[in-house]
Amino acid sequence: MADLISVFFDGKPYTVPSDLTIMTAMEYAGFRLVRGCGCRHGFCGACGTIYRIKGDNKVYFALACQQQVSADMYVATLPFFPLNRRDYKLEELTAEHTVMMRLHPEIFACIACNSCTRSCARGLNVMQYIAYAKRNDLAACAKESFDCVACGICSARCPADISHPLVGLLARRLKGKYLTPAAAHNKKRVEEINNGKHDEPVNGLMQLTQAEIAALYDTREIGG
Amino acid sequence: MYTQPMLESIKVIEAARASKRQPLRLSAEEKKKLLTDFHPDYRESSFHTLQIGPNAGEKAPIELAEMLHSNSLTYGKSFDLTAPPDYDTDVLIIGGGGAGASAAIEAHHAGARVTVVTKLRMGDANSMMAEGGIQAADKENDSPGQHYLDAYGGGHYTAKPELLKRLVLDGPGAIDWLSDLGVLFDKESSGTYITNHGGGTSRKRMHACADYTGAEIMRVLRDEVRCLGIPIVEYTAAVELLTDENGCVSGALLMNMLTEKFETARAKTVILATGGAGRMHYNGFPTSNHYGATADGLVLAYRAGAKLLYQDALQYHPTGAAYPSQLFGALVTEKVRALGAGLYNAEGEAFVHPLETRDVVSAAIMRECGERKKGIETGGQASAVWLDSPNIDFLHGEGHIEKHLPGMLRMFINYGIDMRKTPILVYPTLHYQNGGIEIEPDCSTKKIPNLYVAGEAVGGIHGRNRLMGNSLLDIIVFGRLAGKNAAGKARGTAAGKLSLRHVEDYAKALAQKGIDTGKVSPLLLPDYARKG
Repeated sequence: MADLISVFFDGKPYTVPSDLTIMTAMEYAGFRLVRGCGCRHGFCGACGTIYRIKGDNKVYFALACQQQVSADMYVATLPFFPLNRRDYKLEELTAEHTVMMRLHPEIFACIACNSCTRSCARGLNVMQYIAYAKRNDLAACAKESFDCVACGICSARCPADISHPLVGLLARRLKGKYLTPAAAHNKKRVEEINNGKHDEPVNGLMQLTQAEIAALYDTREIGG
Repeated sequence: MYTQPMLESIKVIEAARASKRQPLRLSAEEKKKLLTDFHPDYRESSFHTLQIGPNAGEKAPIELAEMLHSNSLTYGKSFDLTAPPDYDTDVLIIGGGGAGASAAIEAHHAGARVTVVTKLRMGDANSMMAEGGIQAADKENDSPGQHYLDAYGGGHYTAKPELLKRLVLDGPGAIDWLSDLGVLFDKESSGTYITNHGGGTSRKRMHACADYTGAEIMRVLRDEVRCLGIPIVEYTAAVELLTDENGCVSGALLMNMLTEKFETARAKTVILATGGAGRMHYNGFPTSNHYGATADGLVLAYRAGAKLLYQDALQYHPTGAAYPSQLFGALVTEKVRALGAGLYNAEGEAFVHPLETRDVVSAAIMRECGERKKGIETGGQASAVWLDSPNIDFLHGEGHIEKHLPGMLRMFINYGIDMRKTPILVYPTLHYQNGGIEIEPDCSTKKIPNLYVAGEAVGGIHGRNRLMGNSLLDIIVFGRLAGKNAAGKARGTAAGKLSLRHVEDYAKALAQKGIDTGKVSPLLLPDYARKG
C-alpha cells in the first residue's frame, strides 16, 4: 500500500493513498461520480481539473483521470464550461480566408497573454493554434490542435472569451473536407460497390460450407 | 519509473530486438488449443445459466446474468404514463456514441424528428476511446470479399453472414462519408489513405487518424449532430423501454442522472445505441472502456423480449496497460503491434506472433503470466509481458512513434516512461462485448416492432471474436442504417400508448422462479466509491 497523504476536494481534506489519480482518489474518498468523469483514460475531456499545492503560488491544470495526486493538493473540478457554439453547414462553408473571421471573430481579440497554453491539460500550444486560425492557416491550426480533448479549461481562463476547442474543431473539419486531396482509390471502390461489382464475390463466400471457407481462410496469403 | 528487476529484464528484450525474429503464425489447431486452455470465454466458472427470458437455458457472464435476473430499478414505483410525455419525437435514439450520432444524422436527413438521450454527455462512449483505426477494403489489392474472409475466419465462422456482408460492402462508403464530414484521416500527399495491418487482417486496410481515430470521428459526428440542431438530452439515462398494448416499442422511461427525476419520452421508433459492457468487469478484469459501459441496452431490450446473441463472448484486448498502476487497464492500441512492436516474456522470448487475432494473443499472454510463470511482476494485480515499442522507430526511423502514436506517447510519458526508448508492460484488459442484441439485416429486432439496435449493443456482426478496426466501422455502417430505417418506419407509424407492462410481466416471471438477487438493473454506472 502506498503512503497516505492529505488532499483537499472543494477545500475539505481527505486522506488517500499517494499512488492514485485525482479521479480514483475522489472515489477512494467516497464520491460516486456522475459529472466530471467520462472515458477515464484521457480522451474525452470530461474531467478538466484545476489545483494548487499548498504553499505554491502556481495554479496547475490537469485531467483528473491522468494526474496522480500529491500531498496537500487543493482540487477543483471543471466538469463543464460553456463554449459559444456557432452552428454551420460544413458543405456551405469554404476554406477561404474570411471563414474564421465570420464564425469566430473573437479570436482577433486575443491579447496574447498565453493563459490558454499555460492552462492546457494536454500541454498543447493553444495560443499558437489560435494564431494560425487568425491568419487562416487552417492546416497548421488543425495540426496544432489535433490532440485537444475539449476539456474547456483554456476557455475558462481566456480574458478574450475565446472558445478555443471549437476553433480547432472547425479548422480540422475544414481541412479534412476541403484541404486534403480526395482518395481516388476509395471513390473508385465505392463506385464499384454501388454498381454491384462486389456482390457476387461476397455472396460466393456466403454459399461455402464452413470447411470450405475455413480452408480458404487458413491458407490465405497475408499481403501488403 | 521502472523497478530494478524490470530494467534488468529490458536488457534481455533489447538483445532479442536486434535479432528481429518473431514467432510464426499458429495453425488452426494450435490456436484452438490455446483458446480452450487459456481464454476466459472457455472457462465454465465465468458464466451462469439464464433462468428466464428469451435466452433462458443459455449462459451469460455472471455479472450480466445477475443484472438480467434483477428487477427493474423502476419496479414498485408509480408513473403517470397517460400524462403528456416530456419528450415527443419520431425517432428516439438512446446513446450518444458513434452509432447514436450516425443514426441521428441519417434519421434527420431522412426527414424524421430526432431526439438523442444519453446518460452522460454526447460523445461519452467507447467510440471516443477507439485508437488504432477503422477497416475498409478500398485499396487496389484488397476487396470486400477479402475483408469478409478475414472477419469471418477471425470470428471463428460465427458471424451472421448477412450482417457481415453489409459491414464489408458499406465499409469504403463509410470512410467516404466520414471524410466528407471533415474527419482527418491520415493520407499521403496524393490523397491515398495510409493504411496498416491489424491482428488477423490479410491486407493493409486499417485507416487511422494518428492514434485518435475514434476520438476524431466522434468529435466530428458530435459537432455535426449539434450543427443540424438535433435535440440532445444529456445526463439522461433510459431506464426502461415503454411498450404499447400490441407489444410495440413506443418510447422510453428516462431518468435525469443528476436529479434522479424520471421523465417520459414517446417515439414512433426507438434506436438502442447504448454501447458495451466493460464496466461490468466480467471475470474481475480491468477495462479499457468508458465509465458508462454497463450493458444497459441489453437489459432493457431483454426485459422487453428481445433475444441476445453471443452474450457469452467477450473480447479481452491483449494490450491493456499494466504499469504504472495509474494506467492499469487503459488501452494500448493494437496499432503499436501493427507498426512492429513484438511481445516478450520476462526471459526475452517472443512467445506469440503479435498480429494473431485478439483472442489468441490475449490467451497467449495469460498463458505466459499464468501457467508458464514467465510474466514480469508489476507490484499490482497481475504480472505482465513486454510490448517492445522501441522497435517501431527502430524499423521505421526516428519520429515514427511521435507522428503515429502521439496519444500513447503522451499517456506513458506523463508517468516518466518514454515508449520510444523503453518497452511498456501490458496485460489483457476487458475491451469489447462481441455479443449483444440479435438484429435483422435492417437493424430491427425480430420480436419487438419499432425497436432498432446499432453499435456495440448488437450481437452477431463479428461473431465470437472481433477484429481490430471493425467496431469503428460497424458503428458507422449500422448506425447510419438504423437511422435511415427507423426514420422510414416512423413515417408509417402512429405514436403508441406508453406502458411498463413488460416490466411487470418480467417481475412476475422472476417471482415465479423464486429469483431475487437483491439488486436492481440496469446498472447505469459502476460504483467505485469506497465504502466505510
